[in-house]
Formats: sequence, structure tokens, C-alpha cells
Amino acid sequence: MYPALLVDVAIFILSLWVGFEVISKVPATLHTPLMSAANSIHGIVLAGAMLIAVTAHNTVGYIIAFLAAAFAAANVVGGYVVTGRMLKMFKRRPLTASQVAANGSHPNGHHDTGPAA
Amino acid sequence: MSDFAWTIQIIYVLAASCFVLGLHLMNTPATARRGNQVSTTGMVVAIAATLAIIVHADLITTTGWIVMFAGVLVGAVLGLYSARNVQMTAMPQLVSMFNAVGGGAAALVGIHDYMTAGAGVSATTSVTTLLDVIIGGVTFSGSIIAAGKLQGVITSAPVTFPGARVINLLVAAVGVGLGAYLITSPSTALLAVVIAAALVFGVSMVMPIGGADMPVVISLLNAFTGTAVAMAGFVIGNWAMIIAGALVGASGGILTKLMADAMNRSIRNIMLGGFGTGDTAVALAGGPGGDVKSISADDAAIQLAYASKVIIVPGYGLAAAQAQHEVAALAELLESRGVDVSYAIHPVAGRMPGHMNVLLAEANVPYPQLKEMDEINPEFARTDVALVIGANDVTNPAARRPGTAISGMPILNVDQAKSIIVIKRSMGHGYAGIDNELYVDPKTSMYFADAKKALTDLAAAVKTLVG
Repeated sequence: MYPALLVDVAIFILSLWVGFEVISKVPATLHTPLMSAANSIHGIVLAGAMLIAVTAHNTVGYIIAFLAAAFAAANVVGGYVVTGRMLKMFKRRPLTASQVAANGSHPNGHHDTGPAA
Repeated sequence: MSDFAWTIQIIYVLAASCFVLGLHLMNTPATARRGNQVSTTGMVVAIAATLAIIVHADLITTTGWIVMFAGVLVGAVLGLYSARNVQMTAMPQLVSMFNAVGGGAAALVGIHDYMTAGAGVSATTSVTTLLDVIIGGVTFSGSIIAAGKLQGVITSAPVTFPGARVINLLVAAVGVGLGAYLITSPSTALLAVVIAAALVFGVSMVMPIGGADMPVVISLLNAFTGTAVAMAGFVIGNWAMIIAGALVGASGGILTKLMADAMNRSIRNIMLGGFGTGDTAVALAGGPGGDVKSISADDAAIQLAYASKVIIVPGYGLAAAQAQHEVAALAELLESRGVDVSYAIHPVAGRMPGHMNVLLAEANVPYPQLKEMDEINPEFARTDVALVIGANDVTNPAARRPGTAISGMPILNVDQAKSIIVIKRSMGHGYAGIDNELYVDPKTSMYFADAKKALTDLAAAVKTLVG
């Protein structure tokens, strides 16, 4: 019938099962980073967004290519960065005062301080 | 299949394997960071392979290159900026916005493919294309509304009007009906109508859902995004997108089910909406039958300071008052006196799955102290003081009896502790709108105050009285 589609459907279904199996083992403590990590993974849509540019040959095509690339890049970059930022906060032992101070002066000038009181 | 196409698909599968491994490493906080790095590596490889396809195909125009890089640059800067500056309390909004752009990008992939393929498109391709466009469109507008509600830009109360459901059904029928028609008779103009219907449906689906149901909605939209990306993968025959989309779909599906169970609601019931409440409902007064005992800061401080085991039960009220740093400071003070302190985290504490853990981790609470419901419930009976802060329904023993609004809902066994202190602004009801029997328990003392002020006062009292 449609051999290519059949392969795609098989990959999709098997991946769903792998997903259920792997993700059901993630503890509730990490559910927010998990969702954020899943978010970064669907940033793979960037691959599709970039490929739009290959066949875009008119203004409408270029607009769609630009929007899709911007959306997907925001998704993938933001997703990985924020997941990493969250996971960095999960510590086995409380930080000492000097470590807290060191965290406050992040090399990139970024401050992981709490919400404004 | 050419050697080149072969190589690319294998690279995509390897990249997807990194995603699976990355998710697998998230099964413990100790390895989770490495998981994120593995997943990032997979992503970089997949994007490099995609660049190789573009160069190899050699069809892209100079304008195409410029447009593509400009888009990536703009998106990357925006993503990086928001990821670095977002406050942990605002994490649900950000996740929701990433759902929106992910779903939007997936829909655009489908739209472009449909427009360029034109009449030459096969029926099977157009089925996946239309599913991609519809699911992606619904996710895009629905997630923006959800983020707006979480941010407070849009009212978190359910917005509904007579006939809303009929209109919803009509919009859905137009979208699906036209979509089905388009499979056999391609038309760009009609595709625009389908897109509009999907966008309208996304808005009208999320508007009637109350703020308290957001953990379910955000999980469901996450599953939608994954599905949309997988559909986009079908459209362009990209295995990495199919696998990644399926993984995210599975993740979103599991979390949706977990959240709905923890709130004792069916997914159908939540999506039909209109019943949920906004965040302000707790302010409504209403006293349960029975005597309520209140407690002063000094008495509460003495109880806590001389306890040997304390369990802190943080709820939405703690997050709303942004008092996570104050609670951590109090806990640290108690620990320095040799008190065994841990936190009991109900699955729906916070505004998205696991949110409370992130807030407490940010306040420097070590993760071994963060205990899941099933792990901590047997410990309440051995606990001297349970300190409940801004949590209501999830501590109500009425859930164990049949015939109440929360019957069957999994709760924290706070009532089994030897003594209970509840910090709360008023005797108002929780989300379920029923009296909390815990508050009239003779072992319970109520401390009426804003969570942030109460915790600061408690810590000060502990210091002066026993410091």
C-alpha cells in the first residue's frame, strides 16, 4: 500500500511505548523539569522549520519560513536553557553561604535569585 | 534510497536515541542534568544533519538562507532571554509559551507543505498534513490563552456563556469537516478557514477552564504539541520529528492522567469546563461546623522548636504568597536545632506538575527532603508537628469517606500527625468548595496570617524563645 507511511506509523507507535516506559519512571519531584525537557525535545520541529526554507520561493513562503524558524528556535534554545537552569537547583545537600554567594555572581552576569519580595 | 538519505536517517535515529537516553536519565535528580546534556547533544546533531540536507539539496535561494538564519537568530535570542530571566513561579507560563511556539511551528510546516505540494499531494499525505495543521493550530492559540491565564493577563476564572459549548462544537465540526473535504479537493483558501477554525477552537477550549485546573491543561497541551510535531514529521518524512513527537506525546499524556487523578477529576470533566474556580475563591468566607482553635506565633514556635520530627505541607497558597524562601529559612533554623524536617509534596501542589519541588529547590531545599505523597504518608503517624501552609483540599480527611466532593481523591495523611498547625489567611474554602474537617480536629491549631508574614514571624519567634 504505502510502505513509507507504514514504516513511519510503526516508528510512531513504538516510540510512544518507549516514551510511556521511560517517562513513567521519572519521580514526581522532577515533573516540572521533565515537562520542560519534553518541551526542548519537541524543539526538533526546528529541523522541519529549516527545511521550509529549501522550498520557499515566494514572499508567503519566506514569511512562513521565517516565522517557523523563529518559533522553533525559541522553543529549542529556551527549552534546553531553562531545563538546565532548573536542574542545577536540585541539590542533595544545602549550599554553604560561600557557595550561595558564588552562585549569585554567575559568569554571564545572570542571577538565579528568587522572585522579588 | 541514496547513500546520503540513508546516512541522514541513521543520524536522525541516533539523535532521537539521545532524546530517549536523556529522558531516561531524568529518573533521578542526581543524573538529570547529564540527561539534559545528552538530549542537547542529540539536538545539535539533528540540526547539523538538517543543515547538511539543505546544502545537499542545493535548492535553497540566497533569500531562503537569509530568512532562515534571521528567523533562527531572532527565535534563539528570545528563547534564551526568557529562559534566563523567568522566575521559577512563572515557569508554567513559560512552558506554555514553548508549547505554543512548538505547536505553531509544526502547523507552519504543514501549511507550507500543503501550499507547495498543491494538487499533486497524495491522500495519505494530506491526512497527516491536515492533522498537523489542526492540532498545531489548536495548541498554538490554546497555549497562549493558558499562558495568559497563568500570568493573570486573562482572568483565571472560567469564562463561559450560554451556548458556548454549541459554538465550540460548531467550530470543531467546521474544522474537521472542511479538513476531511480538503483531503480529496485541495484548496488553499479553504485551508485558511481550517486554520482559523483551529485557532478559534484553541481559544474557546481553554477560556472556560478555571485557573486551578491549569496543571491538567498545560500537560494536555504539551501532549498536543508532541502530537503536532510527530504529524509534521509524517508530512515531511522526518524520523527524528516522529520519534521526538511521540516521546513528548507520551510524556504529556502520562502527566495529564496523573494530574487529573490527583485532583479527582476526569479529563472530560475538566475540558468541558465552567465548574472550576479562579484563584480568588479561597477568599470566600465560610465556617465549618465545630470549634476552631487558633494559635499565636510564640506557641507555634515552641511546638516546632521542641518537636523531634516536623513535616511541612506546602500548597498553592505558599506559591501564591511567594513564601518559599521564608519556609526554607524556618526549616533550616529548626534543623540546626536537631529537628528532623521534611516536605510532603502533593502531586498538584503548585501550578504545573512538580512545580512546588522547583520552587523549594530554588529556595535551596535539598531534594532528599522533598517527599512524594506515597513516600511520606506512612510517616505522618510518627510526626510531632505537621505544618500546613496554604494547602487545603489535599489535606481534608473527608476524601476518605464516600459522598463528598473530593471522595476518592488521594490526600496527605496530615490528620495522623500528633499535632497540626495550619497557616491560612482565613477559614475560606479550597478549590472543591467544601469544609476541611482537618481544621476542626482537636489536634489542629489555626494560624491566621499571610504565609510569608507568618513564616517570618515564626522563625523570629523560634530565635527569640529558644535561640
